[in-house]
Amino acid sequence: MLLIRCPYCEEERPELEFRNAGEAHIARSANMAGESDDDFEKFFFIRSNPKGIIYERWRHMHGCARFFNAVRDTVTDKFIMTYKAGEPKPSNLPKISNEVVAK
Amino acid sequence: MKKYSVFAIAREAMRGHKGWEEQWSSPEPKKEYDVIIVGAGGHGLATAYYLATVHGITNVAVLEKGWLGGGNTGRNTTIIRSNYLYDESAGIYDHALKLWDGLSQELNYNVMYSARGVMMLAHNVHDIQVLKRHVHANRLNGIDNEWLTPEQAKEFCPPLNTSKDARYPVVGAALQRRGGTARHDAVAWGYARGASARGVHIIQNCEVTGVKRAANGAVMGVDTTRGFIGAKKVGVVAAGHSSVIMNMAGVRMPLESYPLQALVSEPVKPVVPCVVMSNTVHAYISQSDKGELVIGAGTDQYVSYSQTGGLHILQHTLDAICEMFPIFTRMKMLRSWGGIVDVTPDRSPILAKTPVPGLYVNCGWGTGGFKATPGSGHVFAHTIARDDPHPINAPFTIERFRTGRLIDEAAAAAVAH
Repeated sequence: MLLIRCPYCEEERPELEFRNAGEAHIARSANMAGESDDDFEKFFFIRSNPKGIIYERWRHMHGCARFFNAVRDTVTDKFIMTYKAGEPKPSNLPKISNEVVAK
Repeated sequence: MKKYSVFAIAREAMRGHKGWEEQWSSPEPKKEYDVIIVGAGGHGLATAYYLATVHGITNVAVLEKGWLGGGNTGRNTTIIRSNYLYDESAGIYDHALKLWDGLSQELNYNVMYSARGVMMLAHNVHDIQVLKRHVHANRLNGIDNEWLTPEQAKEFCPPLNTSKDARYPVVGAALQRRGGTARHDAVAWGYARGASARGVHIIQNCEVTGVKRAANGAVMGVDTTRGFIGAKKVGVVAAGHSSVIMNMAGVRMPLESYPLQALVSEPVKPVVPCVVMSNTVHAYISQSDKGELVIGAGTDQYVSYSQTGGLHILQHTLDAICEMFPIFTRMKMLRSWGGIVDVTPDRSPILAKTPVPGLYVNCGWGTGGFKATPGSGHVFAHTIARDDPHPINAPFTIERFRTGRLIDEAAAAAVAH
């Protein structure tokens, strides 16, 4: 089970409290009815599904119930960081080692 | 290829089993092939087999980054059925089911297809309505499916708990008698042996790292960990990694990859005579010929390529199994594992040509692709050989997500998504 840090509660909590809400930073059109079929397909169905770094949305369903974003490695399932909804997509990601850090 | 038979066993018994030959060869890759298949799982090997046997195309390479049948082919719960709701799905899954019947003879390889029946349980009024709708839709498509009372369900599967005070009482069931199980490894091995005997090259430990395209956009071949291999036609059959390969060709896919877990118990004497599935409590179970209970769980909620999933997913499934079969509450589980499944938005596969000339894709089988292996390979071989889909897979395009002509099989895995 993943441990996920909610940026609002500022706490690491078990995955059971959260609901994954799919890929992040997909902008919804202000004029949905005017979207072409191609653009609607891209918005609604096409996903980047990366093997590596993913930007995704989570909801702290059984906590503060708020949506936030996370950066995770889909190969190791390790979280690199989480940040509040509305904040820009982080460009400089902190380095994460796959070794367990001795405490 | 030496034919397997009772006489072959007798002959080899007489001479110390020294005459058995390798089931498939492991040749060095050539510089160029007519067709490259990416992925030596069941679907990829079946595609190569039918390219050779039906279409006479034998200059084919099947590239596999790991070992043959080591991905989802070796990780699934081996369930076979064709009781899908929509006409398009009925077409492709029943095409596969018809090929399962007789596949061991066709391949001269015992795939242990056992039509022991697949029984789907109803626990409430909504389940009854949904499953009866499936029964009627299937019968209109000429697919066997019948409605059972709780008493009949109990008779068909004696260990099932049908008591009225169960937390989720069984109020009926839909039974497809032609459904059942098969030995998943043997399916990959049988197709590999058949394809190899006809000249197909199966190249293991050869990971595709890029897809090369010519100036006009058409496919030229693939870069691999063993160098460039040319081909004018490339079929991508890479399951959970399909979108990764397609990205190499510049095609973004309507796919997301999730971990799906399964587990087996210690082996016991025959106790579960059929496959039992429940959408509502979310579990499915059968018993292998070795005696292990084979239990399938649901997907994790997040995109991952880790081939592991959360323990709570397995726990949730075992809760349901113990509810359906209280006699198993003290069974020990031996192993659990995960595979990565590629899921489409409408839960139906994609078997189609792509916007790139010479590039074909067979993916999106999600949580239930094993059952379709023979049919999928058969129609995908047709699509590659003729550069035109077979009528059975014609609806399973990528373009359906633009046109909106979806094949919305929410019941694809018979579990709630």
